[in-house]
Amino acid sequence: MKARVHVTLKNGILDPQGAAVKHSLGALGFEGVDRVRQGKIIELELSETDTAKAEEQVKNMCEKLLANTVIEDYSVEIL
Amino acid sequence: MRAAVIQFPGSNCDRDMAVGFDRASGDNNRAQLVWHKESNLPKDIDIVGIPGGFSFGDYLRCGAIAARSPIMRSVIEFAKKGGYVIGICNGFQVLTESGLLPGVLMRNSNLKFVCKDIELKVETTKSAFTNAHKIGDVVTYPVAHHDGNYTADTEILKALHGDDRIAYTYVNNPNGSVDDIAGILSDNRRVLGMMPHPERMNDPALGGVDGNKLFESIASALVSA
Repeated sequence: MKARVHVTLKNGILDPQGAAVKHSLGALGFEGVDRVRQGKIIELELSETDTAKAEEQVKNMCEKLLANTVIEDYSVEIL
Repeated sequence: MRAAVIQFPGSNCDRDMAVGFDRASGDNNRAQLVWHKESNLPKDIDIVGIPGGFSFGDYLRCGAIAARSPIMRSVIEFAKKGGYVIGICNGFQVLTESGLLPGVLMRNSNLKFVCKDIELKVETTKSAFTNAHKIGDVVTYPVAHHDGNYTADTEILKALHGDDRIAYTYVNNPNGSVDDIAGILSDNRRVLGMMPHPERMNDPALGGVDGNKLFESIASALVSA
Protein backbone atom coordinates (compact mmCIF):
# COMPACT_ATOMS: atom_id res chain seq x y z
CA MET A 1 0.00 0.00 0.00
CA LYS A 2 1.25 3.45 -0.85
CA ALA A 3 0.82 6.60 1.15
CA ARG A 4 1.53 10.17 0.23
CA VAL A 5 2.15 12.83 2.85
CA HIS A 6 1.86 16.53 2.08
CA VAL A 7 3.71 18.79 4.48
CA THR A 8 2.97 22.50 4.28
CA LEU A 9 3.75 25.50 6.43
CA LYS A 10 0.90 26.56 8.67
CA ASN A 11 -1.08 29.63 7.71
CA GLY A 12 0.44 32.69 9.27
CA ILE A 13 3.98 31.29 9.15
CA LEU A 14 6.12 33.40 6.87
CA ASP A 15 7.42 31.34 3.94
CA PRO A 16 10.53 33.07 2.58
CA GLN A 17 11.03 30.39 -0.09
CA GLY A 18 7.45 30.76 -1.32
CA ALA A 19 7.91 34.53 -1.40
CA ALA A 20 11.10 34.16 -3.48
CA VAL A 21 9.34 31.82 -5.94
CA LYS A 22 6.46 34.30 -6.26
CA HIS A 23 8.94 37.09 -6.94
CA SER A 24 10.74 35.02 -9.56
CA LEU A 25 7.47 34.09 -11.31
CA GLY A 26 6.67 37.79 -11.49
CA ALA A 27 10.09 38.49 -13.00
CA LEU A 28 9.39 35.85 -15.68
CA GLY A 29 6.22 37.68 -16.64
CA PHE A 30 3.67 35.39 -14.96
CA GLU A 31 1.04 37.80 -13.77
CA GLY A 32 -1.70 37.36 -11.23
CA VAL A 33 0.14 35.10 -8.78
CA ASP A 34 -1.14 36.40 -5.45
CA ARG A 35 0.61 33.98 -3.16
CA VAL A 36 3.02 31.03 -3.29
CA ARG A 37 3.49 28.53 -0.48
CA GLN A 38 6.17 25.87 -0.74
CA GLY A 39 5.88 22.47 0.92
CA LYS A 40 7.03 18.91 0.42
CA ILE A 41 5.64 15.55 -0.59
CA ILE A 42 6.82 12.34 1.02
CA GLU A 43 5.82 9.02 -0.54
CA LEU A 44 5.83 5.85 1.50
CA GLU A 45 5.43 2.21 0.53
CA LEU A 46 3.90 0.27 3.37
CA SER A 47 3.46 -3.45 4.01
CA GLU A 48 0.19 -2.73 5.84
CA THR A 49 -2.86 -3.73 3.79
CA ASP A 50 -5.62 -2.22 5.94
CA THR A 51 -6.32 1.36 4.83
CA ALA A 52 -7.45 2.63 8.23
CA LYS A 53 -4.45 1.11 9.99
CA ALA A 54 -2.08 2.46 7.37
CA GLU A 55 -3.50 5.95 7.75
CA GLU A 56 -3.19 5.75 11.51
CA GLN A 57 0.40 4.57 11.18
CA VAL A 58 1.38 7.36 8.80
CA LYS A 59 -0.28 10.03 10.95
CA ASN A 60 1.80 8.79 13.85
CA MET A 61 4.93 9.07 11.65
CA CYS A 62 3.96 12.64 10.78
CA GLU A 63 3.56 13.58 14.44
CA LYS A 64 6.86 11.98 15.42
CA LEU A 65 9.12 12.85 12.51
CA LEU A 66 7.77 13.78 9.10
CA ALA A 67 6.32 17.16 10.11
CA ASN A 68 7.34 19.71 12.70
CA THR A 69 3.88 20.50 14.00
CA VAL A 70 5.12 23.76 15.55
CA ILE A 71 5.13 25.30 12.07
CA GLU A 72 3.87 22.63 9.67
CA ASP A 73 0.54 21.01 8.82
CA TYR A 74 0.34 17.63 7.16
CA SER A 75 -2.22 15.62 5.28
CA VAL A 76 -2.12 11.90 4.53
CA GLU A 77 -3.37 10.28 1.35
CA ILE A 78 -3.61 6.49 1.13
CA LEU A 79 -3.24 5.47 -2.51
CA MET B 1 33.89 19.46 34.58
CA ARG B 2 33.09 16.29 32.69
CA ALA B 3 31.69 17.10 29.28
CA ALA B 4 30.32 14.84 26.56
CA VAL B 5 30.17 16.13 22.98
CA ILE B 6 27.78 14.30 20.68
CA GLN B 7 28.89 13.49 17.14
CA PHE B 8 26.45 12.94 14.29
CA PRO B 9 27.38 12.23 10.67
CA GLY B 10 27.89 15.76 9.37
CA SER B 11 28.74 17.40 12.69
CA ASN B 12 31.44 20.04 12.72
CA CYS B 13 33.34 21.94 15.41
CA ASP B 14 32.75 18.97 17.70
CA ARG B 15 36.44 18.87 18.60
CA ASP B 16 36.55 22.66 18.95
CA MET B 17 33.75 22.37 21.46
CA ALA B 18 35.62 19.66 23.37
CA VAL B 19 38.73 21.87 23.41
CA GLY B 20 36.59 24.75 24.73
CA PHE B 21 35.37 22.62 27.62
CA ASP B 22 38.85 21.24 28.35
CA ARG B 23 40.58 24.61 28.36
CA ALA B 24 37.99 26.12 30.64
CA SER B 25 38.30 23.26 33.11
CA GLY B 26 42.10 23.19 32.78
CA ASP B 27 42.06 19.51 32.04
CA ASN B 28 43.21 18.35 28.62
CA ASN B 29 41.47 15.52 26.82
CA ARG B 30 38.79 15.15 29.42
CA ALA B 31 35.77 15.92 27.26
CA GLN B 32 34.46 12.75 25.68
CA LEU B 33 33.22 12.49 22.13
CA VAL B 34 30.12 10.31 21.91
CA TRP B 35 28.86 8.80 18.63
CA HIS B 36 25.15 9.21 17.93
CA LYS B 37 24.53 5.47 17.77
CA GLU B 38 25.46 5.03 21.43
CA SER B 39 22.37 4.66 23.53
CA ASN B 40 23.86 5.88 26.81
CA LEU B 41 25.87 8.92 27.85
CA PRO B 42 29.10 8.24 29.76
CA LYS B 43 28.59 8.07 33.52
CA ASP B 44 28.91 11.16 35.74
CA ILE B 45 28.65 13.68 32.96
CA ASP B 46 28.18 17.33 34.00
CA ILE B 47 27.28 18.78 30.63
CA VAL B 48 26.40 17.63 27.14
CA GLY B 49 27.45 19.64 24.09
CA ILE B 50 25.63 19.28 20.78
CA PRO B 51 27.85 20.72 18.07
CA GLY B 52 27.21 22.56 14.86
CA GLY B 53 27.31 21.19 11.36
CA PHE B 54 24.80 19.68 9.01
CA SER B 55 23.82 16.45 10.71
CA PHE B 56 22.41 13.88 8.28
CA GLY B 57 22.85 16.41 5.48
CA ASP B 58 20.01 18.56 6.87
CA TYR B 59 17.65 15.99 5.31
CA LEU B 60 13.93 16.41 6.02
CA ARG B 61 14.51 19.42 8.33
CA CYS B 62 17.71 20.68 9.97
CA GLY B 63 18.36 18.59 13.08
CA ALA B 64 15.24 16.45 12.62
CA ILE B 65 16.97 13.11 12.07
CA ALA B 66 19.65 13.78 14.69
CA ALA B 67 16.98 14.63 17.25
CA ARG B 68 15.57 11.10 16.88
CA SER B 69 18.93 9.28 17.07
CA PRO B 70 19.59 6.77 19.88
CA ILE B 71 21.89 9.01 21.95
CA MET B 72 19.33 11.81 22.01
CA ARG B 73 16.98 9.70 24.10
CA SER B 74 19.68 9.71 26.81
CA VAL B 75 20.35 13.41 26.31
CA ILE B 76 16.65 14.22 26.72
CA GLU B 77 16.50 12.09 29.85
CA PHE B 78 19.66 13.80 31.17
CA ALA B 79 18.18 17.26 30.52
CA LYS B 80 14.86 16.34 32.12
CA LYS B 81 16.73 15.36 35.27
CA GLY B 82 18.28 18.84 35.37
CA GLY B 83 21.45 18.15 33.40
CA TYR B 84 23.20 20.96 31.53
CA VAL B 85 23.06 20.92 27.74
CA ILE B 86 24.42 23.39 25.20
CA GLY B 87 23.54 23.21 21.52
CA ILE B 88 25.37 25.41 19.06
CA CYS B 89 24.13 26.11 15.52
CA ASN B 90 22.92 22.72 14.26
CA GLY B 91 22.93 21.74 17.94
CA PHE B 92 20.32 24.46 18.58
CA GLN B 93 18.23 23.02 15.73
CA VAL B 94 18.57 19.55 17.26
CA LEU B 95 17.40 20.91 20.63
CA THR B 96 14.26 22.52 19.17
CA GLU B 97 13.52 19.41 17.09
CA SER B 98 13.87 17.21 20.18
CA GLY B 99 11.54 19.42 22.20
CA LEU B 100 14.16 20.47 24.76
CA LEU B 101 13.80 24.08 23.63
CA PRO B 102 10.65 25.74 22.28
CA GLY B 103 10.15 27.26 18.84
CA VAL B 104 11.83 26.47 15.56
CA LEU B 105 14.68 27.64 13.33
CA MET B 106 13.47 28.41 9.84
CA ARG B 107 15.24 29.28 6.60
CA ASN B 108 16.99 32.67 6.85
CA SER B 109 14.57 35.37 5.78
CA ASN B 110 16.83 36.53 2.92
CA LEU B 111 17.32 32.87 1.88
CA LYS B 112 21.09 33.28 1.97
CA PHE B 113 23.61 31.19 3.85
CA VAL B 114 25.19 33.65 6.26
CA CYS B 115 28.85 33.10 7.18
CA LYS B 116 30.62 35.92 9.01
CA ASP B 117 31.62 37.29 12.40
CA ILE B 118 28.75 39.10 14.08
CA GLU B 119 28.13 40.97 17.30
CA LEU B 120 25.86 39.59 19.98
CA LYS B 121 24.46 41.25 23.05
CA VAL B 122 24.31 39.31 26.29
CA GLU B 123 20.74 39.61 27.57
CA THR B 124 20.92 37.69 30.82
CA THR B 125 23.63 36.74 33.29
CA LYS B 126 21.37 34.37 35.17
CA SER B 127 22.57 31.16 33.57
CA ALA B 128 25.51 28.83 33.86
CA PHE B 129 26.48 29.89 30.34
CA THR B 130 26.54 33.66 30.75
CA ASN B 131 27.36 34.29 34.41
CA ALA B 132 30.85 35.64 33.61
CA HIS B 133 29.23 38.50 31.64
CA LYS B 134 27.49 41.72 32.48
CA ILE B 135 24.11 42.37 30.88
CA GLY B 136 24.64 44.32 27.68
CA ASP B 137 28.13 42.92 27.05
CA VAL B 138 28.79 42.68 23.33
CA VAL B 139 30.74 39.67 22.06
CA THR B 140 31.79 38.76 18.53
CA TYR B 141 31.18 35.17 17.42
CA PRO B 142 31.03 33.68 13.94
CA VAL B 143 27.75 32.52 12.45
CA ALA B 144 27.54 30.01 9.61
CA HIS B 145 24.02 28.85 8.88
CA HIS B 146 21.19 28.76 6.38
CA ASP B 147 18.42 28.09 8.87
CA GLY B 148 18.84 30.35 11.87
CA ASN B 149 15.66 32.36 11.64
CA TYR B 150 14.20 31.73 15.09
CA THR B 151 10.41 31.71 15.24
CA ALA B 152 7.96 30.92 18.00
CA ASP B 153 4.33 31.68 18.74
CA THR B 154 3.39 34.71 20.83
CA GLU B 155 2.85 32.68 23.98
CA ILE B 156 6.35 31.19 23.83
CA LEU B 157 7.86 34.59 23.10
CA LYS B 158 6.01 36.06 26.05
CA ALA B 159 7.44 33.33 28.28
CA LEU B 160 10.97 33.79 26.91
CA HIS B 161 10.86 37.54 27.54
CA GLY B 162 8.94 37.35 30.82
CA ASP B 163 11.16 34.68 32.36
CA ASP B 164 14.44 36.24 31.22
CA ARG B 165 15.20 33.27 28.98
CA ILE B 166 16.70 35.12 26.01
CA ALA B 167 20.43 34.62 26.43
CA TYR B 168 21.78 36.51 23.40
CA THR B 169 20.39 38.83 20.75
CA TYR B 170 21.95 39.96 17.46
CA VAL B 171 23.16 43.55 17.27
CA ASN B 172 22.48 43.41 13.51
CA ASN B 173 20.03 40.61 12.81
CA PRO B 174 21.54 38.42 10.02
CA ASN B 175 18.69 35.95 9.51
CA GLY B 176 15.31 37.48 10.35
CA SER B 177 15.01 35.93 13.82
CA VAL B 178 12.04 37.24 15.75
CA ASP B 179 13.06 39.89 18.31
CA ASP B 180 16.69 39.48 17.12
CA ILE B 181 16.94 36.26 19.15
CA ALA B 182 20.29 34.47 18.80
CA GLY B 183 20.12 32.14 21.81
CA ILE B 184 17.54 30.97 24.35
CA LEU B 185 17.40 29.07 27.64
CA SER B 186 15.06 26.29 28.76
CA ASP B 187 12.61 27.00 31.56
CA ASN B 188 15.01 25.52 34.14
CA ARG B 189 17.81 27.66 32.57
CA ARG B 190 20.06 24.62 32.11
CA VAL B 191 19.67 24.11 28.39
CA LEU B 192 21.06 26.74 26.04
CA GLY B 193 20.63 26.82 22.29
CA MET B 194 22.39 29.43 20.18
CA MET B 195 23.13 29.87 16.48
CA PRO B 196 26.54 31.65 16.76
CA HIS B 197 29.73 29.66 17.39
CA PRO B 198 31.64 30.61 20.59
CA GLU B 199 33.91 27.58 20.11
CA ARG B 200 35.19 29.10 16.86
CA MET B 201 36.34 32.21 18.67
CA ASN B 202 38.32 30.96 21.63
CA ASP B 203 41.92 31.20 20.49
CA PRO B 204 43.91 34.15 19.17
CA ALA B 205 44.72 32.02 16.11
CA LEU B 206 40.99 31.94 15.33
CA GLY B 207 40.72 35.72 15.38
CA GLY B 208 39.55 36.31 18.92
CA VAL B 209 38.93 34.90 22.36
CA ASP B 210 35.41 36.16 23.17
CA GLY B 211 34.16 32.56 23.18
CA ASN B 212 36.25 31.73 26.23
CA LYS B 213 33.80 33.64 28.42
CA LEU B 214 31.05 31.15 27.69
CA PHE B 215 33.19 28.12 28.53
CA GLU B 216 34.59 29.84 31.61
CA SER B 217 31.07 30.62 32.78
CA ILE B 218 30.16 26.96 32.43
CA ALA B 219 33.32 25.78 34.19
CA SER B 220 32.85 28.11 37.16
CA ALA B 221 29.14 27.28 37.49
CA LEU B 222 29.72 23.54 37.34
CA VAL B 223 32.72 23.53 39.67
CA SER B 224 30.89 25.49 42.34
CA ALA B 225 27.67 23.49 41.85
